[in-house]
Amino acid sequence: MRVLVWITESSWRSCVDQAADLVPPDAEVTLLHVAASEVERLARHPGPERLGRHRPPPPGPSVREIAESEALALLSAARERLGRDAETVARRGRVEREVLEAADGFDLLVLARDGKPRREPKSIGHYARFIVDHAGCPVLLVWAERPPGLDDMHWPPHLRR
Amino acid sequence: MKEIIALVALAASLTAAVARWRRAPDWAVATVAAAIVVAVGALSLHGARSALGRLGPTVGFLAALLVLADGCRRAGLFDALGALMAFGSRARPTRLLAMVFLVAAGTTAVLSLDATIVLLTPIVFATAARLTTSPRPHVYACSHLANSASLLLPVSNLTNLLAFAACGVSFTRFASLMALPWLVAIAVEWVVLRRVFTDDLRQAAEAPSEPAQERPRLPALPLTVVGLTLVGFGVSSIVGIAPVWFAAAGAVALTLYRPPSAVAELVSAAEPTFLVFVLALGVVVTAAGNNGLSDVVDSLLPHGQSLPALLAVAVVSAVLANLVNNLPATLIIVAVVSASAPGGVLAMLIGVNVGPNLTYVGSLATLLWRRIVHAHDEDVDLAEFLKLGALTVPVTLIAGTGALWLALQVF
Repeated sequence: MRVLVWITESSWRSCVDQAADLVPPDAEVTLLHVAASEVERLARHPGPERLGRHRPPPPGPSVREIAESEALALLSAARERLGRDAETVARRGRVEREVLEAADGFDLLVLARDGKPRREPKSIGHYARFIVDHAGCPVLLVWAERPPGLDDMHWPPHLRR
Repeated sequence: MKEIIALVALAASLTAAVARWRRAPDWAVATVAAAIVVAVGALSLHGARSALGRLGPTVGFLAALLVLADGCRRAGLFDALGALMAFGSRARPTRLLAMVFLVAAGTTAVLSLDATIVLLTPIVFATAARLTTSPRPHVYACSHLANSASLLLPVSNLTNLLAFAACGVSFTRFASLMALPWLVAIAVEWVVLRRVFTDDLRQAAEAPSEPAQERPRLPALPLTVVGLTLVGFGVSSIVGIAPVWFAAAGAVALTLYRPPSAVAELVSAAEPTFLVFVLALGVVVTAAGNNGLSDVVDSLLPHGQSLPALLAVAVVSAVLANLVNNLPATLIIVAVVSASAPGGVLAMLIGVNVGPNLTYVGSLATLLWRRIVHAHDEDVDLAEFLKLGALTVPVTLIAGTGALWLALQVF
């Protein structure tokens, strides 16, 4: 069984922990991180283009190099936390597309909810929403943190008792 | 005929700046265009000389500010600000955003929007990435604040420098009139960005508490130099020395303290081709203005300093800035609104400074060009940027101009 675990900055620990608990021990695990290329592009050329300016970026590591080294550091921290052998994949691009393309051919995709930490429609943010909707393989959707119990849930009117 | 030549010269200069042809760089095209308008008599030699005489000190001021900001970079100010933001955030995304707001608004106001765009934003990206938090809201904040937080001081934006030269108020009066609009603009950005990026700003529940580290220290000398330069700006009208000299003194002091590795580095920091472009564009716009463009703009803009008049000036300026970019928009409008200084000029600044947040690339012209030339090559999430612009710009224009009107009643 080939399992892809998509980790993000805000929820990688719980995502990795739950993958370690729930995925069969003999599964081949791949950890995936996607750097959002449009944010990198914005960091390189933030703000409206200034007419007539062609200033080179200041010396030092480029935004791309920083993003790549941080992604690798995050992936290796995640592999260590997983506590078993795992391949790591760092991609960059539009997040939803990269995750779906990376997941092609896997038997299971593990990801964390990226929305509000409560039992409500927006508990799945727009990236995870798109990926869950369009994934071609089974999806294991974990909570980044334990949600409040059913007692605190805000039921819509037609389901209220 | 002269009218047509002047307008074609203006269009050619702007097209070259938008298209960025390697063989016909914008500064060269604008210089040739300026020479042509003078040669055909659309602007007299005397007129050209007086336009250059008017713009010269402003362009010199800009060069000094660019060198000053680059000196701050060499002296490690921006790296230290990155460490300070990381420390102050205590690894919480929302606190980091607050730190980014403070630092980006301060940097933009004091060292100009260029410092925020070129020098601060990469540091902010790196800081967020190292804290393992999504850089998205913080980078968008820098991008937006570079424009909307550039209202405060004459030195915050080239458009302000141009307007400052035209509106005849002192440095301190400019700042006191624009303080409230500046705060309003920042507050609008804060409310909108926090809401739009709720998901990215979510605190990771399982994040370990950061080990207590020592508070990073900001380098004293660049801070002192910048502080003294600001004090100089403040007292410039009292002591009768033009603010440009204080900027030049600050730039020289930092250059001597941390000399660049090569003269070329210093020259490149001052962006000489951009300075030439501004001067040449100024001549071309003056020619177009004298040949009918000013009359057209004049008929579009109301006069006086009533609230509706100020609002109309701000909105028309924002629209024009979005059509052709804010530098030519300022050059075109400032000649007309200087009659209703300072209110009209400052309302124009709210329009041309905040307006560009509406389109990611700064103007519709650039946007269309990019779409046509690089149809598939754009990484930018245009929808996100346009959404943020639509949520912030109209509110800031109205509330900021209202704040300006209030300030005009008080000061």
